[in-house]
Amino acid sequence: MAKQSSNRATQVIEAVGSFLRRCIGSILSAGPIPKHIAFIMDGNRRYAKKQNLEEGAGHRFGYSTLMNMLKYCYELDVKYVTIYAFSIENFKRRPEEVQSTMQLIQEKIEGLIEKESIVNRYGVRVHFIGNLKLLSKPVQLAAERAMNATWHNSKAVLSICIAYTSTDEIVNAVEESCKEKQKGNEKLLDEIGEGPLIDVADVEKHMYMAVAPDPDIIIRTSGETRLSNFLLWQSARSLLYSPGVLWPEIGFWHLVRAVLDFQKNYAYTEKKSKES
Amino acid sequence: MGSSIIKSSCGTGGAYEELPEGLEKELMPKHVAVIMDGNRRWAKSRGLPVQLGHIAGRRAMKQLTRNCKKFGVQVLTVFAFSTENWIRPKEEVNFLMNLFEEVIRSDMEELIQNDVRVSVVGNVGGLRPSLQSLISSSSERSKDNKGMDMVTALNYSGRHDITEATKQIARKVKDGVLGSVEDIDETLIEKHLQTNVIEESSYRNPDLLIRTSGELRLSNFMLWQSAYTELIFVDKLFPDFNEGDLVEALTLFQKRQRRYGGHKY
Repeated sequence: MAKQSSNRATQVIEAVGSFLRRCIGSILSAGPIPKHIAFIMDGNRRYAKKQNLEEGAGHRFGYSTLMNMLKYCYELDVKYVTIYAFSIENFKRRPEEVQSTMQLIQEKIEGLIEKESIVNRYGVRVHFIGNLKLLSKPVQLAAERAMNATWHNSKAVLSICIAYTSTDEIVNAVEESCKEKQKGNEKLLDEIGEGPLIDVADVEKHMYMAVAPDPDIIIRTSGETRLSNFLLWQSARSLLYSPGVLWPEIGFWHLVRAVLDFQKNYAYTEKKSKES
Repeated sequence: MGSSIIKSSCGTGGAYEELPEGLEKELMPKHVAVIMDGNRRWAKSRGLPVQLGHIAGRRAMKQLTRNCKKFGVQVLTVFAFSTENWIRPKEEVNFLMNLFEEVIRSDMEELIQNDVRVSVVGNVGGLRPSLQSLISSSSERSKDNKGMDMVTALNYSGRHDITEATKQIARKVKDGVLGSVEDIDETLIEKHLQTNVIEESSYRNPDLLIRTSGELRLSNFMLWQSAYTELIFVDKLFPDFNEGDLVEALTLFQKRQRRYGGHKY
């Protein structure tokens, strides 16, 4: 994707667009802004088919869409964004596709830490969430470099779920909780002497996603309404929003709609808890 | 909302005798879960006390159970009471507990006589003793039934479900029943979740989850188990959810299934 900034007219359009978004942003800020939005970026391959492009091209459009959505989120002052980049289930796809996706991911991770990247512009700290040992060495190293390069950023957080499934995350958290209880000298039996004192907080603190609060909104594109093993534990109270568009087709207005839905529901849940 | 009924030709008969038009036997979800939301709003919108909303909800649940059994659903799980519902007004909570006892004594009893296997998931120990004994007696008496599984989530929380499984596993590791912490995997955790009351392991995770009243969230219900569940959100309040609405949800579910030919990810 060639950068468009050299074209004067495009610059003007960008500036106008940015101004409009800021106006809408300040209107939305009259109400509560979600702290954390998560995205299941579904539909890249279908988009490529629809536009008669070669398969990998869908993911490239998807990446460019992602950069825009991140920009819109951080402009709206959403502090945490999480994306489902690659599921452990996706390793089952055709080897050529897995490889080209991994190559694209590595390329984009390296792009993330470049000087003019969104990550540096908005002061975003990047986390890679998942069973990273399942990734090839080059991708693991790129991820480590990106995490190191951004660890001092403190304005916002981007969590990239890669080689991730929620059930795998929970298994890991369960293992870590058990290990911790085995090692510790603390009271090993609960009040009725039946088993180790493990509670919800114990499991939660060992989640890879403990770096962020629970998502306020989970957005899945392409009209699918399934979580597909994404943030199952964390989604307990999240608003689930599933616009019909394919991921490369999502835009600022869908985000506005999601935030408005969040604000409407926020008012209702506040009211509900007050009535109780 | 009427639905025309066609007798589908079926060698085994029984459960699949009456499938409404448009529904295919092969694409029926094995396990349907329902978050029965909206009783209170239903009552309030009619200027009635919330208790009447719950009574209307009970009627709708009876209908739902009957229809699921008719359509050949193998497991129906309903979310009746969450661990987070205790903060409701004491009067309402007491009313609900009384209502649950009444439901077990009469509605569940009827199901048991019709070969339905009745069970409860959730922190049953946190319920009043009279309710606990009704629950254990109905589960015990129906455990050999071969028809549909009817699971009621009472005092249930998806996170507690997972945490309880963790506790049990930790105990097994401590007692040496389990080799080591590294032996913990997804299958092991699933075996220890409360949905293990469902005998057939392939039916333990819901294929379809329906939530009424327009709320678009899981509200801490069966989080692990919903990893690949189709979620269908319905605007109607639960007391208004009827056979037509169920058929509509099932039709939507079946349409989505055809697109993926069973490959879910």
